[in-house]
Amino acid sequence: MLTIQEMFETIKMVQREHLDIRTITMGISLRDCGHSDVKIACQKIYNKITKLASNLVAVGEDLEREFGIPIVNKRISVTPLALLAEASETESYVEFAHALDRAAEAVGVNFIGGFSALVHKGFTNGDRKLLAAIPQALAETKRVCASVNVATTKAGINMDAVWLMGQIVKETAERTADRDGLGCAKLVVFANVPEDNPFMAGAFHGVGEAECVINTGVSGPGAVRSAVEKVVGTDFGTLSEAIKKTAFKITRMGELVGRAAAERLQVPFGIVDVSLAPTPKAGDSVAEILEAMGLERCGTHGSTAALALLNDAVKKGGAMASSYVGGLSGAFIPVSEDAGMIRAVEDGALTLEKLEAMTCVCSVGLDMIALPGSTSAETIAAIIADEVAIGVINQKTTAVRLIPAPGKVVGDFVEFGGLLGRAPVMATNAFSSHDFVLRGGRIPAPIHSLRN
Amino acid sequence: MSDARETTIGSRIIVSVLGHDRVGIIAAVTNILAESNINILDISQTIIQEFFTMMLIADLGNSKIDLAELKAKLAKTGEELGLRIEAQHEDIFRYMHRI
Repeated sequence: MLTIQEMFETIKMVQREHLDIRTITMGISLRDCGHSDVKIACQKIYNKITKLASNLVAVGEDLEREFGIPIVNKRISVTPLALLAEASETESYVEFAHALDRAAEAVGVNFIGGFSALVHKGFTNGDRKLLAAIPQALAETKRVCASVNVATTKAGINMDAVWLMGQIVKETAERTADRDGLGCAKLVVFANVPEDNPFMAGAFHGVGEAECVINTGVSGPGAVRSAVEKVVGTDFGTLSEAIKKTAFKITRMGELVGRAAAERLQVPFGIVDVSLAPTPKAGDSVAEILEAMGLERCGTHGSTAALALLNDAVKKGGAMASSYVGGLSGAFIPVSEDAGMIRAVEDGALTLEKLEAMTCVCSVGLDMIALPGSTSAETIAAIIADEVAIGVINQKTTAVRLIPAPGKVVGDFVEFGGLLGRAPVMATNAFSSHDFVLRGGRIPAPIHSLRN
Repeated sequence: MSDARETTIGSRIIVSVLGHDRVGIIAAVTNILAESNINILDISQTIIQEFFTMMLIADLGNSKIDLAELKAKLAKTGEELGLRIEAQHEDIFRYMHRI
């Protein structure tokens, strides 16, 4: 029999520490939706998504009521669109984005991911068309998220793609200038992208995946911080143990809800993504966990070590709690979505360079960072190149989601609202990367012996 | 909602009451359960971190109402008494604390 203390702990985690299921994401294969006629292809896409996901939101809401745990988002990920769009005889892929947007709206999900291409080694004609369509697609749709994988440890870094993405990020910001460059919040550039990630904006349904699966993403920075606060002054072993235990409990929720959702929707259960995903809400911050460990501000010396401990302990606890852990699994450090990160930037404790260092030891990367509107496409491409190089060399996923906010300068704020939050515009290095970025070609895949 | 009992989730729920102690809390909650033919399996109360806490394990197997209805009734009573009253399936607690 459960003790009253255990029951109280669960309730406290949900009611006061913002423990929630961040997302139930249905992955849907669209590989059978290709057609030479773009209109027919779009219709097939719409029909398939609305058929398979028709009950997704209702099931999510039922589970939320029964378990008494919030399920914040119900979302959909689909096959990287370039893979099927290239069967269609058309020059513009924007129409596909509209089809995804309509389908997402029809089933009531807030985001649909998979306007994506995998170009880590090179481009097909379809990949090029997809990339070209990204700025317009993100400006004209509400729910569609785009992602592009530009590097892997096995293939190296496609620097042509990196340079192109620098220009696309810039154009996407300009096309959504009236909304502070909101389009860029829906665009992620990856190295070593996972195929089963349920979190937006980088979710898609990978080519090795089944017809349709349910993946869940859990989140509970508040619960972890509370556990860390309870062991103040103890040694690192005790600290790690406290985080592992909490991560275990959080992940169990994801496993339970994911399996229940999969059963009711009659599709296989995929993975639990064991992540600490912050939200702008007070107390739901990864930065505050690091501060609770004993750092005056997130970003000061010691932050990388603190984050490494946190990330590892979360994975260890999470791996114990679920048979199938996948996706991005780790601590997220998106600036705009984390009140503690925002404060650290405002106080001058956290810089772009420190964030880059921190991404070496956590998932995922430089996330939701606002840059001055004057930042050049070359500089954005160079920031992407740096970040994917970290992923490629360290055999991990890294991602970049930058917002060069039109008309904004360092010190200004970019306001997105909701889960996307608000971001202080951060300074970049003033020196040029132009000649490096424009060399063209690929950075070769790294050697895996002689590790230093 | 009603099909929930036929799938993985059992019919046992946990009713939790959090807030300031006052006369008549248990009476109010158990009255709602009795009216709906919901059997109480276990009940305990204590003060945890300055919160009056009551946990009650009940079986919805022969209930006349479903969980959503019960939650609404409990929430209404909770509002009247100035307390937070929740009803959740037992699985969420069991899954979190027992391997």
